[in-house]
Amino acid sequence: MAGTGKAHLRSETDGLLRVENLVVEYKSPGGGAVRAVSDVSFDIVAGETVSVVGESGCGKSTLAKGVMQLVPTASGTVALNGTDLTKLKGEALRRARPNIQMIFQDSISSLDPHLKVRALVEQPLKVWGRGTDEERRQKVDELLRSVNLDPEIVGDRKPAEFSGGQCQRISIARALSIEPQVLVCDEPVSSLDVSIQSQILNIIQDMKKRYGLSLLFISHDLSVVRAISDRIVVMYLGKICEVSTPDKLASAPAHHYTHALVSAVPVPDPKLGRRKAILQGEPPSPTNPPSGCRFRTRCPAATEKCAAEEPQLREVSPGQFVACHHPRA
Amino acid sequence: MTDLFSLRDLKVTFATKRGTLNAVRGVTLHVAEGECLGIVGESGSGKTVMWRAAMGLLRGKRVTRGGSVTLNGTELLTMTAKEVRQLWGTQIAMVFQDPMTALNPVRRIGSQFSEALIKRLGMSKDDAAARTLELLRLVRMPEPERLVRKYPHQLSGGMRQRVMIAMAIACNPKVLLADEPTTALDVTVQAQVLELLSDLREKLGMAMVIVTHDLGIVAGHSDRIAVLYAGEVVELATTAALFANTRMPYTEALLNSIPKLTDTSGTRMRAIPGSPPDPVSVTTGCFFAPRCNYATDRCRNEHPELVDGGDGHLYRCFFPLGKGK
Repeated sequence: MAGTGKAHLRSETDGLLRVENLVVEYKSPGGGAVRAVSDVSFDIVAGETVSVVGESGCGKSTLAKGVMQLVPTASGTVALNGTDLTKLKGEALRRARPNIQMIFQDSISSLDPHLKVRALVEQPLKVWGRGTDEERRQKVDELLRSVNLDPEIVGDRKPAEFSGGQCQRISIARALSIEPQVLVCDEPVSSLDVSIQSQILNIIQDMKKRYGLSLLFISHDLSVVRAISDRIVVMYLGKICEVSTPDKLASAPAHHYTHALVSAVPVPDPKLGRRKAILQGEPPSPTNPPSGCRFRTRCPAATEKCAAEEPQLREVSPGQFVACHHPRA
Repeated sequence: MTDLFSLRDLKVTFATKRGTLNAVRGVTLHVAEGECLGIVGESGSGKTVMWRAAMGLLRGKRVTRGGSVTLNGTELLTMTAKEVRQLWGTQIAMVFQDPMTALNPVRRIGSQFSEALIKRLGMSKDDAAARTLELLRLVRMPEPERLVRKYPHQLSGGMRQRVMIAMAIACNPKVLLADEPTTALDVTVQAQVLELLSDLREKLGMAMVIVTHDLGIVAGHSDRIAVLYAGEVVELATTAALFANTRMPYTEALLNSIPKLTDTSGTRMRAIPGSPPDPVSVTTGCFFAPRCNYATDRCRNEHPELVDGGDGHLYRCFFPLGKGK
């Protein structure tokens, strides 16, 4: 896997969020550093949903945290509206944050258990001194209603009284209260039941339209991001394998890893029978990644060239970029 | 095929501050030898409580269990905790959703693994160590010799789940209960673990019950599927019949809500509106009626019984789908 390279980036003037050559390192107990995100570039244009998919440990959540500046970035740039967030510190960074907000996988623990729902949703507005008491109250009610919660019923309850799906809706209302341009969603539905997943995905879609949001959506499940994304970025061991449209990704994945991911999605149709798991084993340790293409140790098409040379992202068909020496036809 | 493991009219209630909570409301299910039964339901449908009660894990002052649970003709519900413990491992074993909390965090894998073999099968320490390695190889763990020296936190979620599976099958159980065995795992690892479970079932001739909220998971791996809603079986059929000829509107809604790779961009997810009924309040009529697209006045007033469509396909609905097909 690959890759470095920026062939998939669009013109600089179009991008709302533009991440270039981002590197995020964690110190490992042995003294060295683990590169969780290794030279990753991508961009989001206004109104677009870009999803990042990959297995546990591929660096997708770290990428989201790096974009949010929640972890220190070793190098690279994260430009929001042309301002490089990695260069900002302290108050300047704080002032930039209302434009980019985040929701998390575990919505219950991401909400302060002592606060009532109204206070939780109002808090960002208070912190930023937006509106009068009455204006804020109206705004909070409107937000709660837009995520299908009745403010009269839920307003004075605390997070512990709600299910995971309901807490995720409260988190969405809270994140959107200060009207960010970009919403970063880190596995927002992966701890929820299938039937509730669809409810949340619909709400995220509705809110995107209503507030003109751009989304960075992190998930390990391709089927979840299939219908909601404009662009999908597939990551493996801290690097990008493939950048593609959802249609191409589902019908004609070019990277062997993407193909394996697609075929691992359980299909609710017994006629298809048991499908062989294509991918065996688990990703190697990021402390000592394989040379060349990082996927080569599990790749069915790996050759000597893959060990020697790191593939670069290149366009194989319009809108489909792949970092592989031997892409699938 | 003979019935190996049977639940007959199993009821489980909890005494709570708000009143009696009906978690399981009279479930009858049979698992034949070597069969794989899938149990599908949302959070709160009673699927986990049902198996925990059946295994004798749920007991205490606040729990009331009614009906009957038999394994090879022996009644389990009237057994004491000590008696039922004797069956765990050798007759019936369980794989849990969260392998991290199911493993002892301060003991090495090898030592907690061989304990079961020594205690239950009376093996010597050396025999148990050798058998541990053999079992870990059976679940396709790489380098089992190194693995037994590790602690659970040093393993990935998928590896921990394999260790749990190896421990569950260590004493050759007749029935393996897997409660959401892949929910905490990545899709790629999920595919591996499901394949492993199915292979082991064939190799060891066990019966298996897979409990899950995702119909997609059991589609390729189970012989029959029971769909649970609000503590009741609402549809029970062979896997092929359930998918090809869905009778229960709830099952249809569950199937529709699964995001699929074949969806086109921008498709709206077909979510099931609302949420399952409060298990404490008393509801009349069909429990699914408030969320059902086809509900009529009869559905809201009268509770449907589980009926046989004529071919062993059971459903609990006055107006089953696919009539006249």
